[in-house]
Amino acid sequence: MKILVAVKRVIDYNAKVRVKADNSDVDLNNTKMAINPFCEIAVEEAIRLKEAGSADEVIVVSVGPKACQEQIRTALALGADRGIQIETDDIPESLNVAKLLAQVVKNEEPGLVLLGKQAIDSDNNQTGQMLSALLGMPQATFASELTLKDGKVQVAREIDGGSQTLSLSLPAVITADLRLNEPRYASLPNIMKAKRKPLTVTTPETLGVELKTHSTLIKVTPPVERSAGILVNSVDELVEKLKNQANVI
Amino acid sequence: MSTYTPPVKDASFVLDQLVGLDQLCETLQLDEVNTELATVIIEEAGKLASDVLAPLNRVGDEKGATVADGQVQETAGFADAYQQFVENGWATLTGPEAFGGQNLPNVIGTAVNELWHSSNMSFALCPMLSQGAVEALIAHGSDELKAQYLPPLISGEWTGTMNLTEPNAGSDLAAVAAKATPAGDHYKINGQKIFITWGDHQMTSNIVHLVLARLPDAPAGVKGISLFIVPKYLLDDQGQPAELNDVSCISLEHKMGIHGSPTCVMSFGDNDGAIGYLVGEENKGLSYMFTMMNHARQAVGLQGLSISERAYQQALEYSQERTQGSRKDGSKIAIIEHPDVRRMLMAMKAGNEAMRALAYRAAADIDHAHQGDPAAHARVDLYTPIVKGWMTELAQELTSLNIQVLGGMGFIEETGAAQHYRDARILPIYEGTTGIQAFDLIGRKTVYDKGAALKALHADINDTLTQLSASYSPQLALLQSKLKTALTHATAAGEWILENSASTPHTLGNVSFDNLMMMGYLTGGWLLAQSALLASQLTTQDNPYGDAFLQGKIATACFYAEYFLPRVSQHADTVLTGLSSTFALTTEQMQGA
Ligand SMILES: Cc1cc2nc3c(=O)[nH]c(=O)nc-3n(C[C@H](O)[C@H](O)[C@H](O)COP(=O)(O)OP(=O)(O)OC[C@H]3O[C@@H](n4cnc5c(N)ncnc54)[C@H](O)[C@@H]3O)c2cc1C
Repeated sequence: MKILVAVKRVIDYNAKVRVKADNSDVDLNNTKMAINPFCEIAVEEAIRLKEAGSADEVIVVSVGPKACQEQIRTALALGADRGIQIETDDIPESLNVAKLLAQVVKNEEPGLVLLGKQAIDSDNNQTGQMLSALLGMPQATFASELTLKDGKVQVAREIDGGSQTLSLSLPAVITADLRLNEPRYASLPNIMKAKRKPLTVTTPETLGVELKTHSTLIKVTPPVERSAGILVNSVDELVEKLKNQANVI
Repeated sequence: MSTYTPPVKDASFVLDQLVGLDQLCETLQLDEVNTELATVIIEEAGKLASDVLAPLNRVGDEKGATVADGQVQETAGFADAYQQFVENGWATLTGPEAFGGQNLPNVIGTAVNELWHSSNMSFALCPMLSQGAVEALIAHGSDELKAQYLPPLISGEWTGTMNLTEPNAGSDLAAVAAKATPAGDHYKINGQKIFITWGDHQMTSNIVHLVLARLPDAPAGVKGISLFIVPKYLLDDQGQPAELNDVSCISLEHKMGIHGSPTCVMSFGDNDGAIGYLVGEENKGLSYMFTMMNHARQAVGLQGLSISERAYQQALEYSQERTQGSRKDGSKIAIIEHPDVRRMLMAMKAGNEAMRALAYRAAADIDHAHQGDPAAHARVDLYTPIVKGWMTELAQELTSLNIQVLGGMGFIEETGAAQHYRDARILPIYEGTTGIQAFDLIGRKTVYDKGAALKALHADINDTLTQLSASYSPQLALLQSKLKTALTHATAAGEWILENSASTPHTLGNVSFDNLMMMGYLTGGWLLAQSALLASQLTTQDNPYGDAFLQGKIATACFYAEYFLPRVSQHADTVLTGLSSTFALTTEQMQGA
């Protein structure tokens, strides 16, 4: 069985996010970029399934400009087998990504498609769901545990107030939540091997997908800076201020 | 507690631009290795360094190793971290392929080692010592010893130590007194070694001690010392660790810093004599040590960079958060806006970049020298005492500046600034003190070859000056003028040394330290000027660094030229005096008579 994993290039979770001076977007110039942490968890899960003998090949796909090959290489260094970059000028919005991925899934026919539950840059939490709808495949989002058994996949998913276990027939689309696993560090031998692993580049045209714009980014502003706090002398004063000054109670 | 971010971009710039890594790898016939791969390696190593090793740095400082019944228990958490380090293959980086290594160039090993030492120097000393043992075995071990010991040392399954120092043999290893007695196919080793880094621990199933000792009929002094392998556990027929050898750690030192690194008093042969195996030939031990010296000393010099980089990152972070003073509009001023704080931060940044440039260049010259390049060999010999001596001395100033930037909080242990400063203090001492480096540089590396290597360096600096003169940029012009002044003074001091080396028995010793520091500041300034040249050429081309980084490189070089390069002239002035008053007083007069 093949496993296909989608990974997104995003700003590194450690990096300080700056907004461009003209408020047109987040300033990514010279900012450290990385694999979206949830996608990294998806990659780790795929590699573990392969190591357990449940899969023969792990394919990593990323949509974006050439730079996203770095994230594909990182996934290859973690143990994925081959990479596909779908070349676009910017990283397009979720529905376009889902359509592009759907086409790759049709070509590659994986038994399982893994994605992160959301990307930490735009936090949309859409692509996996859209992909499953486009492909007509069963979906399990927010996966925190995943077991393959008798041609089915059992997924424990995180829901409000607890956990829900689903059994899905394959092929299926699953999105990874934080607790699914703890990703490994790349090993030196795997980093060296990653260079030799195949990475193919394709385009939306080749895949027959027309990119459409459904939303426009109007303005990005940094969150308001927190102003200094004040010390109150009594509970009464606190309540009074919360009522009349902060207007929260 | 301070976090650590690997300086991937500067490392990549130095490797690509200043070292010419792609060219080097072609020379070494490593087809698949280049700057791109090296950068990925540094990034991935950086994750382990900052996520796993860096948080343990403080833990090691607060809860150092303990010893009981001859066995050392290392800091909690170190064993797991070491396991990850080994499982991810990091110990194998530069080892030869035949013994399970990845055969990567020494300079990439250096760039990666920078991160281990920045994140946790006490921890990183352990694999560093193993690498020393590996080098010794590769260069001088018999095929049998290599087959038995190299694969587990290179994989990291076992660790290695260097047992040279004794109570009466420190800087002067000719005084080594530990005894070795022939006993059939092996030797019995008896004696005590002190200050042995990572001499014992429980992280691996075996420890391989390399021990200097004297045979019964050995000539006195330097020509009578032999090198032995003494495993903690003797190997069985399958080459697996079995019976405990007659060697143990009898106590641990209480130290000013690097508490996470056990510094052991080792006792060999308390009972029946520790079983050891001769490495190479009898009585050649010290000369073997010399063949490994360049690598080992550069490795310690690198620690000077590593700890200063960590200190800089802490100072930089703190200075943006701490506010003191307010503007007219009432808004608070972060201390990074105060010129004197800026000066300290820039001194740290510029010093670190100069050290990185020098450390990587010297490391790459070891690679070139291995290819049989005689000019590179001469450069390695000249650079090594500068890397070890100057970089570890500069680290004292830079880690102290971190404390100064943090003000009172720097003096408080909680922030960790004090730890970097205390940890840094060992660096000018072990692996040959600054005094020993200074004398090596002025004696063996300068006077002995009649200044040949020195003049070659001066010529290289002159080439850079010529290139700088061809530019119209005011910044490069400033670099040209400051570097030229420095070179003029250093040349005069160098000539004075060559002419006056024999004038009194003390002349060389008197001025050796100032010569070392002069050479350090000069080489650092030269390499930063080269970096600035390369950066200014790159700004007009498509490049992976970005304008902000490249302009930063140039401006940092300018700061170095204004702040550190004048120290070349100052040290040169001291050299030119011959410091003739050093011995003007008798010991009695020094006591106030
Ligand atoms: C934490 C720590 C870890 C260590 N790890 C190891 C290890 O793993 N293995 C090992 O074998 N050793 C180790 N050492 C020992 C270390 O290498 C020695 O301490 C060092 O070489 C200096 O020797 P010494 O302490 O005897 O000082 P001394 O040699 O007594 O030096 C004292 C002073 O005299 C100066 N001096 C001495 N001789 C000369 C000279 N000829 N010319 C000019 N100045 C001179 C020195 O520069 C120094 O300033 C370690 C030491 C420490 C503190």
